[in-house]
Amino acid sequence: MPNRSATEGGPYAHKKTSVQRTMVLVMVALVPATAYDLYLFGWPAINLFVITIASALMIEALCLVIARKPIVMFLTDGSAILTAWLLAMSLPPWAPWWIGVLGAGIAIVIGKQIFGGIGQNVFNPAMVARVALLISFPLEMTTFVAPSPLGTAGAPGFMDSLAFTFGLANSVDVVSSASVLGHVKTELSRGIPLQQALEGNYDLFAMTLGDASGSMGETSFSLILVGGLFLIIKRVISWHIPVAMLGTIAIMATLFNLINPAQYPDALFHLVSGATVLGAFFIATDLVTSPVTKRGQLLFGVGCGLLVYIIRTWTAYPEGMAFAVLLMNAMTPLIDRYIKPRVYGRTIKGDPLAPKGGS
Amino acid sequence: MKLFKIRGGVHPEYQKRLTRKNEIEVLPMPPMLHMPLQQHIGARAEPEVNAGDKVKKGQVIALAKGMISAPVHASTSGTILGIHEFPAPHASGLPWQTITMKSDGKDEWGEMPPPMNPFESTPEEISDRVAISGVVGMGGATFPSAIKLYLGKSHQLKTLVINGSECEPYLTCDDRLMQEKADGVLDGARTIARALRVENVIIAIESNKPDALSVMKEATKGYSDVKVVGIPTRYPMGAEKHLIQVVTGVETPSGKLTADIGMVVHNVATAYAVHVAVRYGYPLMTRVVTVSGGAIKEPKNLLVPIGTPVGSLIDYCGGLTQEAHRILIGGPMMGQPLISTRSPVVKGTNGVLALTKEETRKQDEMPCIRCGSCVTACPCGLVPLEMAARIRKEELDAAVDIGLMDCVSCGACAYVCPSYIPLTQYFNYAKGRLKAIQGEQRKQEITKQLAEQREVRLVEQMRAKKEMLAKRKAEKAAKAAAQAEAKAAEEATAAPQEATSTEMTSSPPEVN
Repeated sequence: MPNRSATEGGPYAHKKTSVQRTMVLVMVALVPATAYDLYLFGWPAINLFVITIASALMIEALCLVIARKPIVMFLTDGSAILTAWLLAMSLPPWAPWWIGVLGAGIAIVIGKQIFGGIGQNVFNPAMVARVALLISFPLEMTTFVAPSPLGTAGAPGFMDSLAFTFGLANSVDVVSSASVLGHVKTELSRGIPLQQALEGNYDLFAMTLGDASGSMGETSFSLILVGGLFLIIKRVISWHIPVAMLGTIAIMATLFNLINPAQYPDALFHLVSGATVLGAFFIATDLVTSPVTKRGQLLFGVGCGLLVYIIRTWTAYPEGMAFAVLLMNAMTPLIDRYIKPRVYGRTIKGDPLAPKGGS
Repeated sequence: MKLFKIRGGVHPEYQKRLTRKNEIEVLPMPPMLHMPLQQHIGARAEPEVNAGDKVKKGQVIALAKGMISAPVHASTSGTILGIHEFPAPHASGLPWQTITMKSDGKDEWGEMPPPMNPFESTPEEISDRVAISGVVGMGGATFPSAIKLYLGKSHQLKTLVINGSECEPYLTCDDRLMQEKADGVLDGARTIARALRVENVIIAIESNKPDALSVMKEATKGYSDVKVVGIPTRYPMGAEKHLIQVVTGVETPSGKLTADIGMVVHNVATAYAVHVAVRYGYPLMTRVVTVSGGAIKEPKNLLVPIGTPVGSLIDYCGGLTQEAHRILIGGPMMGQPLISTRSPVVKGTNGVLALTKEETRKQDEMPCIRCGSCVTACPCGLVPLEMAARIRKEELDAAVDIGLMDCVSCGACAYVCPSYIPLTQYFNYAKGRLKAIQGEQRKQEITKQLAEQREVRLVEQMRAKKEMLAKRKAEKAAKAAAQAEAKAAEEATAAPQEATSTEMTSSPPEVN
């Protein structure tokens, strides 16, 4: 007879779920795009990826020690790995080692642990780190390379790449190449019409596959999309944020493209370039920093979409995903405060329903 | 029939296959029975017997007391051993006042009220019979059924919904009852409808009970007033306000009874108990209990005398195959952990579950990651994570502001929480705490009121006393004056009596 203390309340059944499982599913969803991108950008990208995740784990462990929290339980919840993974996806693939370490430090310490650890942060930690790096180190953060897949002629070998990543020798030829969004922005600002700017730079097929320069996760539209749909099928995220966000970007782009095609790219361009899909499925949907209600999530998605389009179109930055998500993160508490589901038996304002006296 | 949507809900692993095919077996009468005086919501019943009394089967051993209460009957014949405190089938394990009796093995019937034909009786006669038979809500709520039947007098009712949803995992007692006693359930439902003066009966059964659905449909053929409806399988479909919404589309306003919108819900087992009480005159002495769970050797459905120790049920099912992580009374979603298997089966006990660690999936609690699963799962449209955050800070009023009192404690939120936060426990704690605080406040208010009344009374007393004294003084003065006058007159008429009268008047005046 289990005379166990009955202090734990019910229910005494539980869905097969856990924080760890949620994090692992997101990572699984990221695997196809990540694997392809690592192959595409070769050893320097693999180095950066490993360095970012490893340093995030070490910094997280340190924070947990300082905060006197259970280390194994929180280190294995997967959240630090996922944050670092998403950060690595948003870095230029050939960035030097210290960008990864510093980024991981900013994400874990300032983005997450200062607020009290998992679940407590207001802003998406990976995006906090990306924005901090972008503003502090604009050169390193905007030096993109053209893909040179593993095993191809121009790709650096493992030893060369190590030396390159750690800045020991300049043994690798870097063929820098602007991302499509960056290129278009520069050309438009020089007064060159859009069609001309896009010529030779905008290969829709290559971009949907990922064969384009840019941050790792920005380059593989179709594989990110596959991962995103997997998350929706697995019910880790709901469709509300991605659909609202992509829909808003598409509507805005179409509208302005109709007004002036020479100045404003069409919807398809906006959807397949930059961090659009990565942001819509993996960044904006971050559980901790997005609204908890479905209607709140729709509003959040629309806000993100609008901000992405505005930043891309009318500011000095070619890409606005990180800024847009952070700004909307700041709105999340407000959205959750005012957008709540209707309580059973009450009006949306919270008053009891008027009795109907039977049907 | 058109069904309506409700929000939220979850799909737990139902595990009904463990017992769904098992016919109800009759548990042999145990040697000892323990019948708590409080097997229902409301006031405790008052014992009618003393230690040493011989009782017959069906005899009243405790009477209903107060407005909301229910009597208790002897489940067999035998001797009362005493009225004492005994471990309750409740999470607290606290002792309850319980009548313990020893069976004499004869199972001799006492004198029972005569069988009735409900359709030749008045609604009052039916309700009165249900009241003296001790029938309570057998789905687990244990609200005295007769009180709900009398609602027909005070409310304009339209529909009776018979709850056959049995949405709790593992439990199949209602499923089996509908399959094996379909006519009794139907007759009970129609009897209740007559007592409530309603003409429309809906028997709602979750679609994961296809056998019960078809048996009940077959049984109700030819009764135009009764409809059997298959409803979607989802927890908590059996919550009465949600069940009504699914079958009628009408939402019960917050803070109102379903009777206020013309609907009443009764459980199938309650309907059957009403049928037995009315048609045979038998009080509620037995019930069907599902004994199941991964740690039970042979899960079964048993017909159990009320008062049987839970341990006897488990033993009859072959005992435990492994150490149970939890032994529960009721289903895993809303059931209560059992402290002692000596505790008896009571009127509301629909299940006894022995669950393994794999089944309960207990894990350490993590911080909330704001995933919103609880918001999606809540059938009441609440935001459980925010209520819990407020309760954690002991901000109970803030939790009430965002809907704590609209929570039905179904546990759907806690079931889906990836961080294993015991949300339901937070809510139940807060509700209990608020109730205690309210009670305390009421007490203080009454004390204050009494103190004020005393103050007023004292002042009034002082005033009355003063008035009285003043009055007395005035009277005395008047008397003295009158005497003086009389004396003067006397003196004038009879001078020789002077000595005596002087003595009288010279006594000292009373001092105030």
